[in-house]
Amino acid sequence: MDGNRRDFLKLAGLTALGATGASSINATTAAASTVESQAEASTGGVRLGMVIDLRKFSKNDALIERCIEACHAAHNVPDFGDDAKNEVKWIWSEDFETAFHSQEFHYIREDLKGKPTLLLCNHCNNPPCTRVCPTQATWKREADGIVMMDWHRCIGCRYCVVACPYGSRSFNWKDPRPAIDEITPDYPTRMRGVVEKCTFCEERISRGLEPACVEACSNDEIVFGNLNDPDSKVRQLLAERMAIRRKSGLGTQPEVYYIIDDPRTLQETAPAAVVEVAEGGDHA
Amino acid sequence: MLEKALTGNRTYWTWMFFLLAIIGAGAACWFWQFRTGLTVTGLSRDVVWGLYIAQFTFLVGVAASAVMVVLPYYLHNYKAFGKMTILGEFLAIAAVIMCMLFIFVDMGRPDRIFNVFLHPTPHSMMFWDTVALGGYLVLNILISRVSLSCERRGEPPPKWIKPIIILSIPWAVSIHTVTAFLYAGLAARPFWMTAILAPRFLASAFAAGPALLILLALIVRRLTTFDPGKEAIQKLAEIVTYAMLLNVFFVAMELFTALYSDIPEHVLHFQFLFMGLEGNNTLAPWMWLSVVLAVVALVILVNPSTRRSETTLVVGCIAVFGSLWIDKGLGMVIAGFIPSPLGKVTQYSPTAPELTISLAIYAIGILIVTGLYKIALEVRGQMKTEP
Amino acid sequence: MYDAGKIIVGIVVFVVLATSPLWFNALTEATPEAPKLTLPTNGSTECVEATGYMRASHMDLLNQWREQVVRTGQRDYVSSSSGKVFDMSLSRTCMDCHSNKADFCDACHTYMAVSPYCWDCHVEPKGAN
Repeated sequence: MDGNRRDFLKLAGLTALGATGASSINATTAAASTVESQAEASTGGVRLGMVIDLRKFSKNDALIERCIEACHAAHNVPDFGDDAKNEVKWIWSEDFETAFHSQEFHYIREDLKGKPTLLLCNHCNNPPCTRVCPTQATWKREADGIVMMDWHRCIGCRYCVVACPYGSRSFNWKDPRPAIDEITPDYPTRMRGVVEKCTFCEERISRGLEPACVEACSNDEIVFGNLNDPDSKVRQLLAERMAIRRKSGLGTQPEVYYIIDDPRTLQETAPAAVVEVAEGGDHA
Repeated sequence: MLEKALTGNRTYWTWMFFLLAIIGAGAACWFWQFRTGLTVTGLSRDVVWGLYIAQFTFLVGVAASAVMVVLPYYLHNYKAFGKMTILGEFLAIAAVIMCMLFIFVDMGRPDRIFNVFLHPTPHSMMFWDTVALGGYLVLNILISRVSLSCERRGEPPPKWIKPIIILSIPWAVSIHTVTAFLYAGLAARPFWMTAILAPRFLASAFAAGPALLILLALIVRRLTTFDPGKEAIQKLAEIVTYAMLLNVFFVAMELFTALYSDIPEHVLHFQFLFMGLEGNNTLAPWMWLSVVLAVVALVILVNPSTRRSETTLVVGCIAVFGSLWIDKGLGMVIAGFIPSPLGKVTQYSPTAPELTISLAIYAIGILIVTGLYKIALEVRGQMKTEP
Repeated sequence: MYDAGKIIVGIVVFVVLATSPLWFNALTEATPEAPKLTLPTNGSTECVEATGYMRASHMDLLNQWREQVVRTGQRDYVSSSSGKVFDMSLSRTCMDCHSNKADFCDACHTYMAVSPYCWDCHVEPKGAN
């Protein structure tokens, strides 16, 4: 966990987006931009991504709810209850087969069958939603690849909702405020008539924090980091384990990965390899 | 010239006030929608576009179809369409205005509409659609105004208008092509992701638009001394016939590709349209009605004797228009959302305010057509004198 | 021109009606009292920029902040008057000091008859009275 935190803080420095409000700003910005240029030279910039370990989640059903709750509370996402017509969500759960709707899973392992799976915006590297927006109210941030939303600019045409192959975008059919239990004053609500979605907690990472859903986890169930850095925890996990992405055939290059293999199998068949990876880290 | 639309007999004003009453009801509903949000419609998280955008799509076709009278008249010097061109152009103006209104009422933040121009975005097809529609409106207003004023003064139209008229021909094709591109480039929606969408849009437009124009010309002939001429009507009927045949052919191609390949994400949308999915078959009766109407239309239109008889031709034109309105103004847009990208089937049916707003926009279009046609006929002295 | 007389009379009537609030105020000498603003009570005496500038142009500054934070991800604002660095945030920075929306923001906005939509989304601090 500590290692994870360190990786993460390093990443926050790399992005140089909001060079941590607490410390001396000028110095940090200068330092961060030097680090950033080095990082860019060696790895091609920052590309934020997420790895969700379905194996770990399958043993912890309550965690899904905790992640959703943490995100929705932090971002004032309204809860319309059973009113599916007006539903707004940033992160939610579907059973495994629905989450990977275009793949067909027959005869799969019991611990995956029908299991609740966390879904959120994939922050695609080649996002179809930003391409269609007529006002650039949604766009991919070049510095770190986050697919952003500008709620001041969105005209509510919902073309991005139509273009998203993952159902990650919600429209505010009506005023969301009455449907928010307790408003978090640090973060704005939205107004009726605009589209919203997960922003990878850009407001938190710019202050050196991890995304709310990651913070809600205790055992690396979700890992967040720079996919362009071969030494990052996300890259290490992806190198060791079997991970899939949703509808990868569409060429959108989603940057949320789902680990589906069982580490026990790995250990039984090749324990040495795993140890080697854990110690050396140079496996890419 | 516009003042000619402000005088008229009792029937004219009764008709105009009837339309204004519908428009008033629609405006009230829209104001409510503006204050409450689009939650007053039947749309939902899964079916995010519905009746409004479907009407927009259908009417872009009606607007584009003016080219079917403009092209033979100006490019091929086909004189029989001389009296019809102005009707086609005025219909196009009304249709484009309706398109714009349907987009406007579909917006979540209509107060921010100028963001489209403040932040022009060439990689968005919606930006190009705005440009294409706006330009087409300007072209048609300019062309019809210039040619009608010249007609009033008994002068030939000025030379500079000819290139503009020629420009309006590919422009008409472009508006419907770009509208098809709104849909056809989305990886998320396999139902629309077909290269034949733009050709199919054009074929259905060139069938439905001229069919409407025949009906309008016959109504005008009945109410006034205007006579489009038998040859013009028959030529238009042939255009409708060929376009309708092409459209049915294109639909058959779509069906073959989807059903023979048997890829679920393509098949399921058609299954929803014609059979229903998971018990949701709201569109199936409509789609079968569309099929029946298409068959009726083709039987009447392909057969020369029934095509030449005006009584049966009217039935054929109504059948063409009805069939294509169901196909494009209901089925095409809604079926793209059912099932959703996650395979979910969500029920959609328009609500009363949604229907009232849509009806009001059609009333605005009819009001514009009535007013503009009256101007054209006054200029030509073809209004019947008061009895 | 047809009906020139009617049109000119119509224009005159319209202009008089449209400018009637100005006439009314000029004739009745109604000068409402200037709004009294409640200044920060948390001991802070210095704003991000000089008072005069803030009074006249805070809306431009906020627009600029909004554009910077949302679109470029840059959150630090260097004050042109004091050189200090501030977090560009309406709710964290502005309303940290000006925590009383009703007696600060609203007092002036109501007087000027403007209704900015900032708080349609952004949240005013709790416990302010």
